[in-house]
Amino acid sequence: MSVLNWLKRHLVVIAGLLTLGYLLLPNVVVTVFSFNKPKGRFNYQWQQFSTDAWKDPCGVADMCGSLSISLQIAFWATIGATVLGTMIAFALVRYRFRARGTVNSLIFLPMAMPEVVMAASLLTLFLNLGAQLGFWTILIAHIMFCLSFVVVAVKARVMSMDPRLEQAAQDLYAGPAQTFLRVTLPIAAPGIAAGALLSFALSFDDFIITNFNAGSTVTFPMFVWGSAQRGTPVQINVIGTAMFLVAVLLVLSSMLIGNRRNKQKA
Amino acid sequence: MAAVTEAPPLAPAPEKKPPRKRGRLVPYWLLLPGILWLIVFFALPMIYQASTSVQTGSLEEGYKVTWHFATYWDALSEYWPQFLRSVLYAAAATVLCLVLGYPLAYLIAFRAGRWRNLIMVLVIAPFFTSFLIRTLAWKTILADSGPVVSTLNTLHVLDVTNWLGWTSGDRVLATPLAVVCGLTYNFLPFMILPLYTSLERIDGRLHEAAGDLYAKPWTTFRKVTFPLSMPGVVSGTLLTFIPAAGDYVNAELLGSTDTRMIGNVIQTQFLRILDYPTAAALSFILMAAILFMVTFYIRKSGTEDLV
Amino acid sequence: MTTTDNSGDVRLSGISKTYGAFTAVHPLDLTVPQGSFFALLGASGCGKTTTLRMIAGLEEPTGGTVHLGDQEVTHLPPYKRPVNTVFQSYALFPHLDIFENVAFGLRRRGIKSVKKQVEDMLDLVQLGEQARKKPHQLSGGQQQRVAVARALINHPKVLLLDEPLGALDLKLRRQMQLELKRIQTEVGITFIHVTHDQEEAMTMADTVAVMNAGRVEQLGSPADLYENPNTTFVANFLGTSNLIEAEVDTKNGDDIVLKAGGGKLVLPEARCSAPTTTGGKVLVGVRPEKISLTHADDAGEIAENRNRITGRIADSSFIGVSTQYVIDSPVCPEFEVYAQNIDRDTRLVPGAEVVLHWNPAHTFGLDAAQDIDAGVAEVEEDAA
Repeated sequence: MSVLNWLKRHLVVIAGLLTLGYLLLPNVVVTVFSFNKPKGRFNYQWQQFSTDAWKDPCGVADMCGSLSISLQIAFWATIGATVLGTMIAFALVRYRFRARGTVNSLIFLPMAMPEVVMAASLLTLFLNLGAQLGFWTILIAHIMFCLSFVVVAVKARVMSMDPRLEQAAQDLYAGPAQTFLRVTLPIAAPGIAAGALLSFALSFDDFIITNFNAGSTVTFPMFVWGSAQRGTPVQINVIGTAMFLVAVLLVLSSMLIGNRRNKQKA
Repeated sequence: MAAVTEAPPLAPAPEKKPPRKRGRLVPYWLLLPGILWLIVFFALPMIYQASTSVQTGSLEEGYKVTWHFATYWDALSEYWPQFLRSVLYAAAATVLCLVLGYPLAYLIAFRAGRWRNLIMVLVIAPFFTSFLIRTLAWKTILADSGPVVSTLNTLHVLDVTNWLGWTSGDRVLATPLAVVCGLTYNFLPFMILPLYTSLERIDGRLHEAAGDLYAKPWTTFRKVTFPLSMPGVVSGTLLTFIPAAGDYVNAELLGSTDTRMIGNVIQTQFLRILDYPTAAALSFILMAAILFMVTFYIRKSGTEDLV
Repeated sequence: MTTTDNSGDVRLSGISKTYGAFTAVHPLDLTVPQGSFFALLGASGCGKTTTLRMIAGLEEPTGGTVHLGDQEVTHLPPYKRPVNTVFQSYALFPHLDIFENVAFGLRRRGIKSVKKQVEDMLDLVQLGEQARKKPHQLSGGQQQRVAVARALINHPKVLLLDEPLGALDLKLRRQMQLELKRIQTEVGITFIHVTHDQEEAMTMADTVAVMNAGRVEQLGSPADLYENPNTTFVANFLGTSNLIEAEVDTKNGDDIVLKAGGGKLVLPEARCSAPTTTGGKVLVGVRPEKISLTHADDAGEIAENRNRITGRIADSSFIGVSTQYVIDSPVCPEFEVYAQNIDRDTRLVPGAEVVLHWNPAHTFGLDAAQDIDAGVAEVEEDAA
């Protein structure tokens, strides 16, 4: 009876942890199989332990090249989307203007649109314009779909900001430019950072839109997609594991630093 | 001493223009680059696509707008099974995401204590491993000779799912079950995050108040917590359903020719068969269908201020 | 009224503000002299904050002009005015520490060596130890002092305070009232203080302007406003007044004799702001603490020359220094009387018949053609 009671009381915790397990299971598999030494071209079955792939992560033709292209695109797409999106967010929160409704739906629709639709229509445009598909068309597409997410993230932050802070800055002899640089921007920074981080992740991991508009350029997700057909090198798992570990370590260390700083000040 | 008098009627002073009027154009300059980007690379392509969908011709001779609406009819009559499948798979994945995601979001919001941040990181971190790599991992997990399939076989679960048509034979891979499982996995974080955001805003004292007013835990959940988390439920289901319905990666990697979704068809038509009018028409139908469903759903659930 | 240095004078001439069809401030003339502590008092929405913001430059006036000393600043943006503001809920910059918050104005004006000044200023407001904390780590009272320091360090000609104590609890508010008064005396800058708390305005300011519905109802020293209100709004908003409808009977030298109910009341003509023709209506007012309460059995002991009214005690509440009575009287249904607890008459309990009497010199007269309850509701709302 007491076991049943315990189960009943912790049902939510158990169910939640099971879901967490479901979410993390593939990452565990990716990590374990980065130490595999597969027979044949595909890395789907466990054969024997080996660190070969970790010793030679770029040992597969073109993989590290595609990784570098993905990182470049993600970098520039993040910068482009963050700048344009932040500007829109400020206009939406801080000013009255005509056509606000149209602007809002133009921001909302890309987020409510299946990627394949945006991908196909953008390809139609590029084909009609006779544009050369490649790095630049991918970058254009990535800025386009990341923009809305930046707007949402920054807008939330700017909206929750007390307008009196900017008035206080003006009252204390800061002109419009100074007010923006010294007060508005620093306070909006966490929202902008969140938007930028999201953009980077979305761009780096995008496959569907990239696949349509890449031409012969191969990004890292496209490399993985191609290898699913031709054969999956173990190095893919090495890269996947490394990215996961780097992300977790970065977040955890920034949290630890934040905690310590708070403790010192308190 | 201070003095106050009723103000005398003002002599019509020379109109002095306040110097801050030029600020009126500021919002338009702020909007211009970003909105232009969205118009040229989001809205304009939609128009191009609409136009392409009513063109006829061939790759060699070029395409012309002939208002050939029959393309839509042909596309629908040929590919309605894939459309239906997309909606069904996406709906199934959305329901599964809600059922699986809610306890975890609840756990993070109310029960995790000092583990809250760590669990949050673990929910978000998989994002940083390419989702294609993670989807491929399911091939290993659901492999025919793997522990999952043999366990399901021993427990005779596969007999049930076979009977339901979700799986066939002794396999899970290359069946609808595998595709739905992959979709659920891929979009689960998009359900958990909005759920968590709306749950986290709920004042914990409401639970105590409900308990104080004779509500049992389950009643508290049904009458207080769940209704208050509705905004999260609505945006979570939208964020899951929309991308799932257009997805073709899971169907391609985990499914078979019998599990092709509409995304697969559009991709093949566009990139391999190069039948642009049909592909454009299909993509337009998908867009219209999703916009219609989303609008209906938002109206129905009464949360129109999602953005 | 010209002093040698008038650069801290604030002169508003015909200044007004409208938002669409709504008039927040009606054309208003107001002069606040250099070095005074001036309060704008009124309920929320009366236009006091709008007036303040027009002086600060945060709101553009629809009409009229603002002068600081001899300089017109009507269309100058806030960052070009020698005026600083202590904002409601302080608006401290959350991303900067206390030191940088206080140094903000100096740095914007291009002053490089700010350390000494900031440290002195933080000492003045007793926050020297807290310089490197962030605003959210301070208590409400400390934040309030930072806001004052951040404004004062710039040596403004005028310091504007927008409900600066509104977020503090009662005890702290009392303490900060004295503190602000001390600082003002020390630095000698013109303070303009916006508040809805009449007690706060009276404690701190030399001059109070009572605002109602976008107009200044009355302006004067706190004692003057309290003793000689000109309108029912001022009478009710500042403290409590008992108002009785009466009819002018005769004039007797400097006094007016009025009929109210069955009895007669005497009102000094100088204390009546209403026209007094025989047979005309006047509102007679008297403050609750000016009234003495005598049991009806002892009515004979009351001196002849005092105003008197009979009634029955409806309610009494003991609040320590005094006892507050509510009296049912034929001329006024809820007459309030505050009696000091010096010699308590045990017969004065609810139900007892009593005579209320007071020195006629404490009576004031108001125009009867106005809402007798103006300003009452607002007081209750603020107290809540």
